[in-house]
Amino acid sequence: MVTSRRKFIKISALGLGGLALSSSAVNLLAPNPLLDAAVKENIAKKLSRTATYCEVCFWKCAAWAYADETGDIKKVIGNDDDPHCNGRLCPRGTGGIGMYSDEDRLKTPLIRTTINGEETYREASWEEALDLIAEKFTEIKQKYGPESFALLKHGSPGSHLEHLFKAYGSDTIAEPAYAQCRGPRETGFGLTFGSWVGSPEPTDIRDTKCLVLIGSHIGENMHNTQVQEMSDAIDNGATIITVDPRFSTAASKSSHWLPIKPATDIALLLSWMHVLIEEELYNKKYVEKYAIGFEELKAHVKPYTPEWAYGITTIKPDSIRETARLMAAAAPATIVHPGRHVTWYGDDSQRERAIAILNGLLGSWGNRGGFYFKEKISIPKYPHPAYPEPKWGWHEIGQQYPFAEMGNTSEVVKATIPNEDNPYPIKAWMIAGTNLINTLPQREQTLEAINAVEFLVVVDTMPMEITGYADVVLPECTYLERYDGIRSATNRHPSIAVRIPAVKPKYNSKPAWWISKQIGDRIGLGDYFNYNDFEEVIEWQLNKLGTSLDEMKKIGVKNFERTSGPLFLGEGQDYVFGTPSGKIEFYSQELADLGFDPMPVYTHHPQPPQGFYRLNYGRSPMHTFSRTINNPYLSDLKSENTLWVNPRVARILDLKKDQPVWLKNQDGILSAFPIKVRVTERIRWDSVYMYHGFGHNNKKLTRAFGKGASDAELISQIVVDPLMGGTGLRGNFVSILTEDPHKNTMV
Amino acid sequence: MRYAMVIDTLKCVGCSDCVVACQTENNVPHGYCRDWITEAVSGSYPNLELELRSERCNHCANPPCVRCCPTGASHVVEGGIVLVTADQCIGCGACIESCPYDARYQHPDGYVDKCTFCHHRLEKGQQPACVSVCPTKCMYFGDLDDPNSEISQLLKNRKHKTLSPEAGTDPHVFYLI
Repeated sequence: MVTSRRKFIKISALGLGGLALSSSAVNLLAPNPLLDAAVKENIAKKLSRTATYCEVCFWKCAAWAYADETGDIKKVIGNDDDPHCNGRLCPRGTGGIGMYSDEDRLKTPLIRTTINGEETYREASWEEALDLIAEKFTEIKQKYGPESFALLKHGSPGSHLEHLFKAYGSDTIAEPAYAQCRGPRETGFGLTFGSWVGSPEPTDIRDTKCLVLIGSHIGENMHNTQVQEMSDAIDNGATIITVDPRFSTAASKSSHWLPIKPATDIALLLSWMHVLIEEELYNKKYVEKYAIGFEELKAHVKPYTPEWAYGITTIKPDSIRETARLMAAAAPATIVHPGRHVTWYGDDSQRERAIAILNGLLGSWGNRGGFYFKEKISIPKYPHPAYPEPKWGWHEIGQQYPFAEMGNTSEVVKATIPNEDNPYPIKAWMIAGTNLINTLPQREQTLEAINAVEFLVVVDTMPMEITGYADVVLPECTYLERYDGIRSATNRHPSIAVRIPAVKPKYNSKPAWWISKQIGDRIGLGDYFNYNDFEEVIEWQLNKLGTSLDEMKKIGVKNFERTSGPLFLGEGQDYVFGTPSGKIEFYSQELADLGFDPMPVYTHHPQPPQGFYRLNYGRSPMHTFSRTINNPYLSDLKSENTLWVNPRVARILDLKKDQPVWLKNQDGILSAFPIKVRVTERIRWDSVYMYHGFGHNNKKLTRAFGKGASDAELISQIVVDPLMGGTGLRGNFVSILTEDPHKNTMV
Repeated sequence: MRYAMVIDTLKCVGCSDCVVACQTENNVPHGYCRDWITEAVSGSYPNLELELRSERCNHCANPPCVRCCPTGASHVVEGGIVLVTADQCIGCGACIESCPYDARYQHPDGYVDKCTFCHHRLEKGQQPACVSVCPTKCMYFGDLDDPNSEISQLLKNRKHKTLSPEAGTDPHVFYLI
C-alpha cells in the first residue's frame, strides 16, 4: 500500500455541526391525517415549473423542475418536446430531486489542515478557498508551466472548468468517459465509417427489424431514448438477438439469447461475417458501392466457420447460422449495436471494428432501421480572447496510442507519478464531477499519483471517495440550482435545451461557472469571463440562434428542422465517408501502415483459473456510476448490490441466498465490505456479476457507506488497447470468501 | 366506467421509474412505496425466462380490504377505485392482512396507505404518474367499460393474466404476457 502524505479524510471533522442544524431537512408529507385532502392540497399547491435538463447521467434529458412556494423542489418531470426523453424521464431523472435534497451534500468550502498531528478539514469561506486555489494556479504555472495542472472531469461542470484551464494554458484534460468507457467504439467505427458513434447513438432502433446487442444491456443501462426505442421495436415485432454471458433484461426480451463464454466475442463476430459472405447474404449492392476491402475480408474470414467459433464461444453452430440469417433477412434494417461501455479485454477497438464491419456488410449505416445520419446545432462561442498554445497536453501524454482522440485519465495518472524520464510531469489536479477512486481501475496507482500530486482540488456536490483526498473541496450546487451551457442534442433532428436554476443553491454551494470565473478573475484571466452571470452568456447565444432566454424559459426545448440533408441514403446515392479512402473500410490501410491488424482477429484471453470466477459488472437501472448510491430516492430502490452466483457454484461453495461474502482477486486484493450472495440462474458458472458503483467507503455518505462491494477496487489488472489506450477492465478474477478476511485487521 | 390498468410484461424492464414517480407525485415517505417491481425467473441456464412486473393495488371488484375495514375508511369510489380515507382509518391493519397482494402499508403517520390510481390526476384528465413516466410505455390505463379503449383492445387481442386469481378478488390490474 501507498504510505500517504495525503491521508484520506472522511469529510466531517470540524465545525459542520452548526451547518447541519441549519440545513433544510428533506421536506416530505407533513403529518396530516387527511390523506386524500393532503394529496389534493399538495397537488393544488402552486407549483412553479422551471426548465432544466438532467445531470444524473450523461443523457441530459430535458425536464421541468416543479417547486413549491417555499422554494422546495417537489418533482421533476420530462419535457414532452424533448427528443431525448419524450416527456418520460428514467428513474434516476425522476429521482433527481434526491441529488438536491440529499442532506449529506457538501455544504461549504473545506481546506485541509493539520490539528494536533491529525489531518482534517476546516470550513473556509469561498474567498479564502478561491484565493488559495488562485495562488496555487499561479505557483504551478511559475514552477512547472500551466501544462502541469491537469483537469479530470465529467459532465456539465467540466465544461466550465475546461474553459478556465484552456485560458490558463493547460490542455492536460481528460475524462474517464473515454479510455474507461466508450473510446474504443469511436475508434472502431471511426476507422470503418469515418464517423464516431457519439452520444446519443444514432441507432434507428425505433424502426429496426433486427436489433443485435453484444454485451449491451439496454434496459439496465437506462439510456433513455435507447430504452424507449427498444420498447417500440418490441411493439413492432422486431427480432432481438442478445449476446451476453448473463441473462440480462435485454436477453429476456430477445428471441435469441446467445450465452457466450466471456472474452470470445470477436470469434462470434468473425463467424457471423463468414456466414454472411459464404452464404452470400450480405448486401452486395451496398458493399460494392460504398465499401473497400471486401475481397480481403472474404479471404480473411474464410476459416472462421461457425464450427470454429463454437469451440471458442460455446455458441452452437446452428445458432450462429440462424442468427446471421435473421440479421441478413432484416437488413438493412438491422442494427448490430456498438454498445457504450466497451473497454473489456484490450482488443476493444478491434472488436468494435468487427461490429462496424458487420454493419457494413448488412448495409445498416445510413439506412432506415439501421444507423441514421445525425445532426446537431453548433452553439455560437461566446467571445473571448484566443487560448494560449500549451507546450504539451493530453495528446502528448497519450501519444503512444495513435488513435487516441481524447485525454486518457489513466495516462494522466501515470504522468503524475514522479519519474525523471517523464517529459510531461503533472503536479496538480482539479477533479470535477467524477469520483476517480471508483471510476478508475488500478486503485493503488491512483493513490500513488494522489500522494505525489502537490495540489488537489475537488469540485463536487457530494462527499465522494475522491473528495477525501483533496487539499481544497469546493461544494458545487446541483443541476437543479444552477445555469449551465445550452444542451445541443445530436438526434434525428437538432434541438437545444436550457438549464435554468429552479431554486436558489442550498447551503453554501455555488455553480461551476461561478467557480471558474472567480478563479479566472483572480489569476488575471478576467477577459475570458466577460460576464457577471452565466445567464448573460446563454442569452447571447440564444439570441444568435434566433430565440431568447425568455422563450426558452417557457418552452425548455426548441426543435429545429434538419439542414444537412436526409436521415438516410437515397437509392444509389453517392456518399463520401470520412475515412481516408472515402469508403467504408473493411480493410484498413491506416491500421496496416501502423503495424496493426488491418482486419480484426480473434485473440485468446485468459480464462479464470481453478477456484476463481470472472468478475463481470454492469449497470443497475436505478443508479448512475457511484454518484447516485446515496440519493435518498434511488437508495430506496436499490441500497446495495449483490453478487450474482450460478446455483452450481453456490452448491460447490455452499453459498446461501443473502449470505455475506468477501471477494479476493487474482492479486490478493480484498473487497473492503461484504456483498450478499444472489443465487441465480441468470449468470454463467464461470463468472460472477455485480452492479457497479456500490461499496462506498466514505462514512459521510450515510446511506451508501459500506453497502455492497466495489467492482472498481477489485479491478487491478487491465489490458490496454494498443490503438487508443482504453483500459480493458474485464480480465479480473475473484475467489469467494465466506469468512471475514478483515476481522483481525485494525481498520 | 371501470378503471383498470394493463401492463405489458414483454416491455417492462423493471427499472422502478414507476416507483419513484409515485413517491414524488404522492409524497410517499422514504422507505415506503405504493408500487414495486417483481422479478420472476424460471428455467435453468441457458433455458431461461424472466418476467418483470410493476405491481400495486389491484383495485379489485371484490376487495377483501374494504369488506374487513371496521370503520369504513377503506371504500370504493366511482370507476371501481379502492381508496382509504385517512381520517377514518384507525390503523388496525386488518386490510393489510387481508390483501393477497400485500399492496398496503402503514404510513408513519398512523393510517394505511396504498395506490389510488392517482385519483387526483384522473380528476384532471391526466394518467396515473406511473403510467405517464414509464420509459418503455409498458403501462396503459383506461376504462374497461369502453370496448374501444386502448386497454379493452389490448385485453381483447393479447394474452394476459391477473395475479392470484384464485383469491377471488377480481383484480383490475392486468398483465400482458
